[in-house]
Amino acid sequence: MSMDYREYILDHYRDPRNYGRLENPTVHVEDSNPLCGDQVSMDLLVEGDHVTAVRFQGRGCAISQAATSMLTEMVQGKSVQEVVRLGKDDILEALGIPISPARMKCAFLGLRVLHKSLVLAGLERPEHADEHDDGL
Amino acid sequence: MQDVVEVRREPRSVEEIRGDFPILSRQVHGKPLVYLDSAASSQKPLAVIEAMNAYYRSSHANVHRGVYEISEEATEALERARTKVARFINARQSKQVIFTRNTTESINLVAYSWGWANVKAGDLIVLTTMEHHSNLVPWQLLAQRSGARLEFVPLTPEGLLQLDVYARLLEQGPKLVAFTQMSNVLGTINPVKEMIAQAHAAGAVALVDAAQSAPHLPLDVQELDADFVCFSGHKMLGPTGIGVLYGKRELLEAMPPFLGGGDMIRSVSLCSSTWNDLPWKFEAGTPAIAEAVGLGAAVDYLSTLGMDWVRQHERSITAYALERLQSVPQLQIYGPLTDELRGGVVSFSLADIHPHDLASILDQEFGVAIRAGHHCAQPLMEQLGLVATARASFYVYTLPEEIDVLVQGLRRALEIFQV
Repeated sequence: MSMDYREYILDHYRDPRNYGRLENPTVHVEDSNPLCGDQVSMDLLVEGDHVTAVRFQGRGCAISQAATSMLTEMVQGKSVQEVVRLGKDDILEALGIPISPARMKCAFLGLRVLHKSLVLAGLERPEHADEHDDGL
Repeated sequence: MQDVVEVRREPRSVEEIRGDFPILSRQVHGKPLVYLDSAASSQKPLAVIEAMNAYYRSSHANVHRGVYEISEEATEALERARTKVARFINARQSKQVIFTRNTTESINLVAYSWGWANVKAGDLIVLTTMEHHSNLVPWQLLAQRSGARLEFVPLTPEGLLQLDVYARLLEQGPKLVAFTQMSNVLGTINPVKEMIAQAHAAGAVALVDAAQSAPHLPLDVQELDADFVCFSGHKMLGPTGIGVLYGKRELLEAMPPFLGGGDMIRSVSLCSSTWNDLPWKFEAGTPAIAEAVGLGAAVDYLSTLGMDWVRQHERSITAYALERLQSVPQLQIYGPLTDELRGGVVSFSLADIHPHDLASILDQEFGVAIRAGHHCAQPLMEQLGLVATARASFYVYTLPEEIDVLVQGLRRALEIFQV
């Protein structure tokens, strides 16, 4: 099986969705992959029990940036309960191509930042978030 | 007794040399492997694999202890390997060759043992901004604990050391200078012989990180007049887990031990001990015997090829790679653009394609293995204004046709990313 760079992945990479910053986010978190230097920062606005807005910024490979862009589409407007449940399988399904083991950390960087944000906002237990942490 | 006849061998073709490396005949993703990551770790010839195999099959026992036959054989195998390495780098005595795990451990040995005994608060250590983390972090740790200062020789835009700045730093009377002989990112070959002479004139001790140079350039530690030289076995056709620290005898003898334990002692009482002679003073515990045997076989193999031939082959491959890579649109090469000042390492970026994406495409569609990332040289990456680069590196088994496959893969990546 080979990773192929499908057009929709390149489209998310070239034209990332929900890119930028929020003016008054509930929470802002940044993280990077020390092995390759890929970076992602994320702003979440939580109102009531919904994530009403999300923005991200980052630099890195197509996989890390496209996966984060796709993730923000899954987060936008969803209930906190739903967002907390987002996991690795959701990312892999959205990417829709086989990801080689060495690139898993790229694929899950945005997910890791999302769950860190939820923990920081008091919406998720740290033990639960650890499940999405590849120990980058 | 039979006379030893020295057979002068004809230079072998690269195709023939490739036949000595079993891994080079395998496929990845259904394509022949094109291995362009020898600067990270080289592949191994059968001679090395079989020497280690034969050692385990017939002679293994612990060394420097047993009085029985196979322990004596193991001891002899270990010490013979040391002698081979000493000859390979032209050390005056084999006791100046200390076996470690790798370059990193060799540098740490000097930073802890020599550093602790000689470096005091306010002392100056001069490094360069092109160093690998392994020749930065040990000195940072020493500086933090001792209160010493670190200064750095910066680079020219072409990726050469600014030697005028080096000369000015030497005027401040550093205790130690430590620099790489060949950059693992830029490929730059530094004028270490002159830099060592200047360091000595300024009263400094000079350490050379030869991790990238020992495998690729003729290395003569006496001609360089280096105080310490550090390198790894696995980058020079040998196994992982074995490295070398060469040191001048008077320096090594004056240094306190690094690790304590068996083998490095002369006598031990409950509260104090006296140290063994060189080199064993620095080799606590059971050493990597089979790995040393493998390294001995590796330097034999390289000596048979001849290090002048190795350098010549890599120069021509590097010249070819520089020429071919420059034909790829939107490709930026970092470091000197001549093969004269550069070893067989070429770092580059292609348009705005992240090196990881490049490496994935090259691997999966073309079977090409390159390195992508910061190459354990983050300060250098920062100077280049980059997070990461792609890097292709070459060795005795690299063919021009493999460079062609790389170039084909880079053109394909441009297509995929529509740039």
